[in-house]
Amino acid sequence: MADKALLKEFEAIVGADNVMSAEAETHAYSYDAAVLDSVAPAVVVRPTETEQLGAITALCNKHGLPLTVRGAGTNLSGGTIPSKGGVVVLTGALNKILELNMDDLYARVQPGVITAKFAAEVASKGLFYPPDPGSQTVSTLGGNVAENAGGLRGLKYGVTKDYLMGISFYDVNGDLVKSGSRTVKCVTGYNLPGLMVASEGTLGVFNEITFKLIPPPQAAQSMMAVFDDVLDASRTVSAIIAAKILPATLEFMDNFTIRTVDNFRKAGLPTDAAALLLIEVDGHPAQVAEEAEKVEKICKEHNAKSVEVAKDAEHRAKVWQARRDALPALANLKPTCVLEDATVPRSRIPAMMEALARISKEFDLTIGTFGHAGDGNLHPTILTDKRNEQEWHRVEKAIDAIFDEALAMGGTLSGEHGIGLAKSKYMEQETSRATIEYSRRMKKSLDPKGILNPGKIISALLD
Amino acid sequence: MADIQKLVTMLKELDDQLVSCMRCGMCQAVCPVFAETGREADVTRGKLALLDGLAGEILKDPKGVKEQLDRCLLCGTCQANCPSGVHVMDIFLKARAILTGYFGLSPAKRIIFKQLLTRPELFNKLTTFGSKFQGMFAKPVNDVLGTSCARFQAPLIADRHFPSLAAKPFHKSTKPMDEPAGKSGVRVAFYPGCMVDKVYPGVGHAVLKVLKHHGVGVFMPHGQACCGIPALSSGDRESFEKMVATNADLFSNADFDYILTPCATCSATLKEIWPTMVDNESLKARIGPVADKVMDVSEFLVNVLGVEAMEGAAGKKVTYHDPCHLRNSLKVTAQPRTVLQASKNASFVELPNAATCCGCGGSFSLHHYEISKKIGDLKAKTVEDSGAETLATSCPACMMQIADRLSQRGHSIPVKHVIEVYAESLGS
Repeated sequence: MADKALLKEFEAIVGADNVMSAEAETHAYSYDAAVLDSVAPAVVVRPTETEQLGAITALCNKHGLPLTVRGAGTNLSGGTIPSKGGVVVLTGALNKILELNMDDLYARVQPGVITAKFAAEVASKGLFYPPDPGSQTVSTLGGNVAENAGGLRGLKYGVTKDYLMGISFYDVNGDLVKSGSRTVKCVTGYNLPGLMVASEGTLGVFNEITFKLIPPPQAAQSMMAVFDDVLDASRTVSAIIAAKILPATLEFMDNFTIRTVDNFRKAGLPTDAAALLLIEVDGHPAQVAEEAEKVEKICKEHNAKSVEVAKDAEHRAKVWQARRDALPALANLKPTCVLEDATVPRSRIPAMMEALARISKEFDLTIGTFGHAGDGNLHPTILTDKRNEQEWHRVEKAIDAIFDEALAMGGTLSGEHGIGLAKSKYMEQETSRATIEYSRRMKKSLDPKGILNPGKIISALLD
Repeated sequence: MADIQKLVTMLKELDDQLVSCMRCGMCQAVCPVFAETGREADVTRGKLALLDGLAGEILKDPKGVKEQLDRCLLCGTCQANCPSGVHVMDIFLKARAILTGYFGLSPAKRIIFKQLLTRPELFNKLTTFGSKFQGMFAKPVNDVLGTSCARFQAPLIADRHFPSLAAKPFHKSTKPMDEPAGKSGVRVAFYPGCMVDKVYPGVGHAVLKVLKHHGVGVFMPHGQACCGIPALSSGDRESFEKMVATNADLFSNADFDYILTPCATCSATLKEIWPTMVDNESLKARIGPVADKVMDVSEFLVNVLGVEAMEGAAGKKVTYHDPCHLRNSLKVTAQPRTVLQASKNASFVELPNAATCCGCGGSFSLHHYEISKKIGDLKAKTVEDSGAETLATSCPACMMQIADRLSQRGHSIPVKHVIEVYAESLGS
């Protein structure tokens, strides 16, 4: 527990009600959604005004206290697991949408705004904010920026970084840094918004974020293509893109996932299929009609056993329910569910699927794979029980093998979950020693005492 | 106070269930308490992590964990929406029992559960006595809602607008019943529940009127005990089992097709909690067949008697609030709406966010009144904004909570049970 004098200093900033230090309170901030050991902080503070963020950061820097900012705590790579004896800063109360500008198509928000609520508010004004991470009903926009969150629409609409126009944040001294703009074009100085994206809370404490909004597509058409061969499904993905069609979503499910989902909701999915592709094209109605027809044709040319085109909104919802059920259905099977997001160039998806099948066999593990085939971002999901030490050891080896394969194919460690604590040790393998040293020098000069979310991204020991 | 190692051992028995939480945090989207406080220890994931920490001896503050665990409405919304299918209610009820076993019951609860609720005769006498003298302590504030408030400062009542205890409880104004199946060919057991018996006897009379109308034979023994959920949710499994046993004596040997209650909480407790939380094997065997026959009153009217919605009813606008225990536990949502649509002097309108909790949560509202009030105000506001002239629901506890909030906010929208609306439409 933190000493009383220090607690008083935090209380002076945010009020006694918003400082938590009892064991049964701090322990509730010792974990996130990653399968990693929990670490309880000494203090949890819940600012209610963004100005308080600066004072909190300065205070932490003064005392050399590790500071971890936490939104909803849905991080899948341990990015929001705090340091022992550190401070957790909650953004939940900083949840105001400050401006929705209909003329210039941007929004200004506080970091604690919940993603789905923001998207709904934007939609109610007739505009569109596309990033839709799986955790969007609870995740916060600050967290989305810090992790560069993706989602199902990444292929056509991009990810969080593609909508970030400007950001203001507090540096370790508690001074406010502003960068970016409300204009579409802006080349004023270093691209600090770009630096903040995916920085996982290691470079500054976000104060206010400006997002680009776009007009929504007028029409959409969904379909489900059924394949007897995983490779045919994978080749179809490449063929669709090669035909210069960019679907809004292009999702993949393997046989194990299909069977599990069907068992979960009894939705009448083709359980004998080797793979499913769930595809949605959107845009102008005429373009949608033409593209849907082409996609259907390409699927059939690549040996799709059937292509079910959604007849109405209800049918469309059914198609997407199957995809939404993938993770919950898999999660129901075993106590521990390790959701990875190794990503490969999409032409390598067939090779990656073969590699995953090999790894599953080699380490004798159940792996269900689904994910964003259109952008090469697969979610091999390992089902296990962490309490089984011997099996858990095999899981760790399998994860190493998955990343080895993905990197060898020119892929990446993380499509959308971030590096955090979980993948720090693989960083050099994807980048280079110099990359990490460069990043560390930058971090050192911006945060000399290393208080900002220490241990994440670049902190694994180098040889 | 027992040995902490014993506490740890007992909590470890929950391990298989605790481990199934993958900490995804999706419960944050649906938890009514978290929506008000934004604190992780108030949402299911946080509570499960605390229990896990206690079981794993990572944290050593059972008192703090108990306090956090008590900050839950037990509405079951998280369980109904949990991607991993964690049996949250099961874990929480067992954990509360374990922690209560460790700390012991509070003196007030000890008297209420051990001396009062387990003895239906005494409970009946005391509430009848209380109803005669309540005027000395309470004054009416809203005639339409039938609410009162405390005349003097009373810590438990605070500034609540509560319904009076009925001048004549339901069991006093009805004789025990043991009718054969009527023209419908169906015979049901009727379990009114404490709230209907002592606070809302009109709901009980409405049920009897409707059953008579449809030619349903009724078996209703006197001396029924509380369903046990107040004791169980406070961690007192022993009193819970006593109450279940009293009810088993009355119902397990009787012959009936269904057992009906007009209380969502009682329905869920009889049907789901009795079979899972009773430890005593012989008692479990006796109540199993009773639990299998439990039905909510509206569910019975629609599924068994075939009551159907009518086209173009043109009565007063009535809307419906889904009680958590009907929606989350028993998945009964369509039937109460159908019954309202079958009521010829009511015209049904859907309530926005009908499925969100009203914030009552039994004793939660006693211990955490400020949070309960805020959650209740959200519900009351949607009722006001809906333009409905009557709010109907299927749980007396929800009726009490929503009436309190509407009354406090100065609104006179009557709060009724679905069965009352239907009974009124049948004429006298």
